Amino acid sequence: MAFQDNLVQIISDPNLSPKQKSNYLALAAEASLPYLSISIAVNQAKEAGIICDMFEGHAPFKPRYVLPDYVKFLQQGSQYLELSPVQDFDEALNALTIIYHHVPSVTSIPVYLGQLDDILLPYTDGIDAESIYRKLKLFWIMLDRTLSDAFMHVNIGPSDNIICRTILRIDAELKQIAPNLTFMYDPDITPDELLQIAASNICECSKPHIANYPIHANAYDGQGFGIVSCYNSLPLAGGANTLVRLNLKQVALKALNIEDFFANTLPHYCQLTYELIESRARFLHEESNFFNSFLVKEGLIEESRFAPMFGIYGMAEAVNILQGNPEITEDSLDKPSQYYGHNQAANKLGHRISKALDTIIKSTPVTYGYHGRALLHSQGGISLDKDVTPGVRIPYGSEPNPIAHIQALAEHHQYYTSGISDILTIDETVKSNPQAMFQLCKGALSLGFREFTANVASNDLVRVTGYMIKLSDIAAFKQQGSRTNTTGLGAEAAANTGMLNRKPRVVAQELSPNYAK
Amino acid sequence: MQNKLATVSQIQPFSCVDGPGSRLVIFLQGCNYNCKNCHNPHTIDLCDHCGDCVPTCPTQALTLVTTEGTSRIDWDSEPCTQCDTCLSVCPKQSSPKTRQYSVEDLLVLIHNQRHFINGITISGGEASLQLAFIIELFKAIKSNKELSHLTCMLDTNGSLSINGWHKLLPYLDSAMIDLKAWQEETHRYITGRDHHRVFQSLRLLAEHGKLYEVRLLHIPGISDFDSEIEAVATYLKQLPNSVRVKLNAFQHHGVTGEARQWGTCSEEQMKLLASALSQRGVGNLVLPSIYL
Repeated sequence: MAFQDNLVQIISDPNLSPKQKSNYLALAAEASLPYLSISIAVNQAKEAGIICDMFEGHAPFKPRYVLPDYVKFLQQGSQYLELSPVQDFDEALNALTIIYHHVPSVTSIPVYLGQLDDILLPYTDGIDAESIYRKLKLFWIMLDRTLSDAFMHVNIGPSDNIICRTILRIDAELKQIAPNLTFMYDPDITPDELLQIAASNICECSKPHIANYPIHANAYDGQGFGIVSCYNSLPLAGGANTLVRLNLKQVALKALNIEDFFANTLPHYCQLTYELIESRARFLHEESNFFNSFLVKEGLIEESRFAPMFGIYGMAEAVNILQGNPEITEDSLDKPSQYYGHNQAANKLGHRISKALDTIIKSTPVTYGYHGRALLHSQGGISLDKDVTPGVRIPYGSEPNPIAHIQALAEHHQYYTSGISDILTIDETVKSNPQAMFQLCKGALSLGFREFTANVASNDLVRVTGYMIKLSDIAAFKQQGSRTNTTGLGAEAAANTGMLNRKPRVVAQELSPNYAK
Repeated sequence: MQNKLATVSQIQPFSCVDGPGSRLVIFLQGCNYNCKNCHNPHTIDLCDHCGDCVPTCPTQALTLVTTEGTSRIDWDSEPCTQCDTCLSVCPKQSSPKTRQYSVEDLLVLIHNQRHFINGITISGGEASLQLAFIIELFKAIKSNKELSHLTCMLDTNGSLSINGWHKLLPYLDSAMIDLKAWQEETHRYITGRDHHRVFQSLRLLAEHGKLYEVRLLHIPGISDFDSEIEAVATYLKQLPNSVRVKLNAFQHHGVTGEARQWGTCSEEQMKLLASALSQRGVGNLVLPSIYL
């Protein structure tokens, strides 16, 4: 389609809001520029769908994810935003509301709203619990309505405090798709009763996501980290300058056999991935002038704390291809015993691939990285992915029972510093028994799960790849569009990838008819 | 004595509906009731290894193995696609897909899942028919340092004798009992058995603080909980407050024979029964979360 025809189509789309149209127009403009200079080999791998730049744009002018130090921001105020240091709770919420609109990301709005209990607790003196509740509830509604995008992410925990508890209460009450929420769990700090509340919330609204705090904290220095967007763990006061991902399925298809995969194909395509990472990061850091922004000048982010994310996906297909398994069909779904996620040899091969990637990531320097390195990431998929499973997940519809599911994947989690999300779909009977969710979560974390994420079957609010959507919104989407940017992706993802076909695991004998298919 | 085997029809590694928290549930094959409304009729009878199912299996997962004049069905779970053709052709409506487990086998299984579960539940069929095995298993769990925190529960029709209960009680945390009907003749019509022992079991467990849940299956027009509401409510009220009264709604899933003609229980009918009970002071009611 001619460039201008494309613009006309965006402008006249009846299902997009003016703001959504502006975003698409900007993307189209950026995409009309020539691509950064990359080698022929990288370009070929990109064209062939082996390496993917996540459609971040031809000339990146903002980092993919930015995690400002909001504590510092409130303490010092901002010259650029003409704000004095914050004195009380209301001023804190107001100042945050303002700065959020100045924090860019790949989605053009912030993906990180901060560790809100650390940020707000210093300003709670003298305010009663009910007032905190009312103020935070309005704040929560504001976030969902003005920054409508479920990649926007709040962190709470691992300590037990009033902000953390109030946010959990409000989140379960409002059941909004935004903001996304991560609860940090540390067995030494977090009381079981608080984790139980979080687990009950998951049964209510599939949120929060539970992060294994000690594992994440150990991966980063004392300045800390945050979980942003769809479960990406990154250095605080820094972020991800870019995310380039490698399609392991395609890499496996290029390999002659398992040994060729490890000796040649995988290292080769990792090398090309690094080339793309380097050229994208170089443009951002050296040409775009992003690092002249007030966020850097006022010390809210540091250039040295940005790292590229080295993403992978299609682990399941890669393993099945390398093992010579036929493609999973309707017939093999019931008993996919030789397949990834079900078979020990297959699972072990998967672990071996993750370990090999880890070795490559830890030994390959990058110009703009965290301690000179990229961060390995199990990528949660995008709406265009067809016939390839996100990250290291078990393909939709073929998942074993939740415990076997966790046991099959736990070994991978140690390697994915910048995040890995394995979404467990739990039968709706868990709703009346949140203690079961709690125990499953504890079991997963004790087995080394970096993050625990669960969807409860039948909840309207569910997770697609990493962000939240409402099933009812998807149904309505085709007719009327949606106020929320991510719902469009969700509808597309639902149509393309079959991810909503995830099978709930019904466990009741007497109540089992709904999974008898 | 250490080599007791149980005939297991199914193991469910993660269940949210068979007791508190998450539970590993072991379903034992065989039942002494013959409920018209049984949702899993293939778990009632033990397979007699007649071999009728063997040639009907589309994936040859079943074979008849004869050693020293005795024939046994051998079920291979690998090729099995769970199409259940074998169940539909069985003259006894019995499942050939059972497995023999020793206490040691189950301990290994439970050990692998121990971080994820709050306990184990033995269900059926009618679990108490294999009481000696259950006692041995529970005893082993309670005396194993890494497993002793797991609660051991029994899901039963309540037909176990008082003597049997006394043998089990030292190792049992609590039990769930189905009360199939209020009136003797209704109970006999539905199950083929009387219900003296069910009431005895309920009383005994309540006295020992080991009754977790009474389950009433509401079959409109067949079970008599609604027509006998006063007596039912009076009875339930004298149970300890901690006992959950779980109302289940009759559905057709898995049901064969005349019960297929019975009407299913709708959400409205269920709520009607629940409100009739709570109006009469019965607390701790648990209603189904889904009606399908």
